[in-house]
Amino acid sequence: MSAETWQIVFFTIKVSLLGTLLILPLGVAVAWLLALREWKGKALLETAVMLPLFVPPVATGLILLMLFGRNGAFGSALDRIGIDVVFTWRAVVLASAVMAFPLLVRTAQAAFQEVNPRFADIARTLGASEWRVFATISLPLAFRGVVVGAVLAFARAMGEFGATAIVAGMIPGKTMTISLAIYQNIQLGQDAAALPLLLISIAIVFLTVLCGQMLLPRKGRR
Amino acid sequence: MNLRLEEVRLVLGAFTLELDLTLERAVTGIFGPSGSGKTSLLDLIAGLRKPTAGRLQLDDDLLADAKSRTHLRARRRRIGYVPQDLALFPHLNVRANLGYGYRAPLTDDHAHFSLDHVAEVMEIEPLLERDVLALSGGEQQRVALARAVLSQPRLLLLDEPMSSLDSKLKRRLIPFLHRIRGEFHIPLIYVTHDAAELVALCDEVTVLDHGKLVERCAPEKLLTDV
Repeated sequence: MSAETWQIVFFTIKVSLLGTLLILPLGVAVAWLLALREWKGKALLETAVMLPLFVPPVATGLILLMLFGRNGAFGSALDRIGIDVVFTWRAVVLASAVMAFPLLVRTAQAAFQEVNPRFADIARTLGASEWRVFATISLPLAFRGVVVGAVLAFARAMGEFGATAIVAGMIPGKTMTISLAIYQNIQLGQDAAALPLLLISIAIVFLTVLCGQMLLPRKGRR
Repeated sequence: MNLRLEEVRLVLGAFTLELDLTLERAVTGIFGPSGSGKTSLLDLIAGLRKPTAGRLQLDDDLLADAKSRTHLRARRRRIGYVPQDLALFPHLNVRANLGYGYRAPLTDDHAHFSLDHVAEVMEIEPLLERDVLALSGGEQQRVALARAVLSQPRLLLLDEPMSSLDSKLKRRLIPFLHRIRGEFHIPLIYVTHDAAELVALCDEVTVLDHGKLVERCAPEKLLTDV
């Protein structure tokens, strides 16, 4: 395989990891909130979190382009402190993070919901604050599920295409990921060049999802 | 201890709990069939549920008042709670479970609330480094009781703490409950649907059915009725 192919593979792994790390704190917090008993606005937040799953990825990319472009709400603010987002590696991280967010939240939420709510109740009667309940009871008991959520989010980020193409473009050596490179090779009629990327992509995602499956709590296991 | 429930109402779907009573005895039993509202009552007292209407007061402290939207959070109530499934934290060992809500005694008057002493009274000293899931049913009960006692509660709620034990183990646990009452002077509210447990432990029984107070009586009367 060429040096360029390896660069694309390592770049994709790097931005997918960064994207996953970026959404981890907020994703876990949102998952925990959604796992709590009913509260006002819960359905709204739940729906908003799910949106990237159902809105066409190119539409999500367009929204990101509008928000993070130089004239966008966030883009102009970032531009003032010298940070460019669109058509840079940051846009690749951003797009993969947004697209992976629902998967992380849904998996972690299910893990939090699996924890017996009586544990949190009794911790409260023992004087624990909500933060202490989260840090010492809910998170440790849901930890395996949260890790699975992060692993699946990483796998999703690895395969991200539509939103990335819009907000980051397909700039060789700068924003080119495995998915974008496969697409570009096929467009140029270079199917053979796409094959190694295809196999590597399948291998990485297969191993990642397999790890996630093995970490999933099984009945009879805590 | 004076626990006043003033025209308290709790609506949970189709079920409604409606009570107006004062509990003052050292050990009060709450008796009633499944679905009569016993656990909901304990949840209300502990602060895990908010009353739909009415007012709860423990001694001089207002716990909840639906009208003024006052609700003292569970963590500030200092009311211990041992639920039916005990809720021992499975990822923590016995010592860490006991230490979770531990308030170290600040004065000599409270010296008997030290972890070592409570562990000795509840006969769980050899278990301190053990995994809670590796304990027998009776041992788990004593750890759950000790954990609640170590938070120095001013009232302890026990929700059918012996329901999963056989009669031999129940007989062995009763003296520990007497010790909580005698040695630590913590008033108890004890929920069960076993009349014999009430006779062995309680000064007075409140009988609930379909979310309403049916009778208040001496535990012995209940045994005769049953």
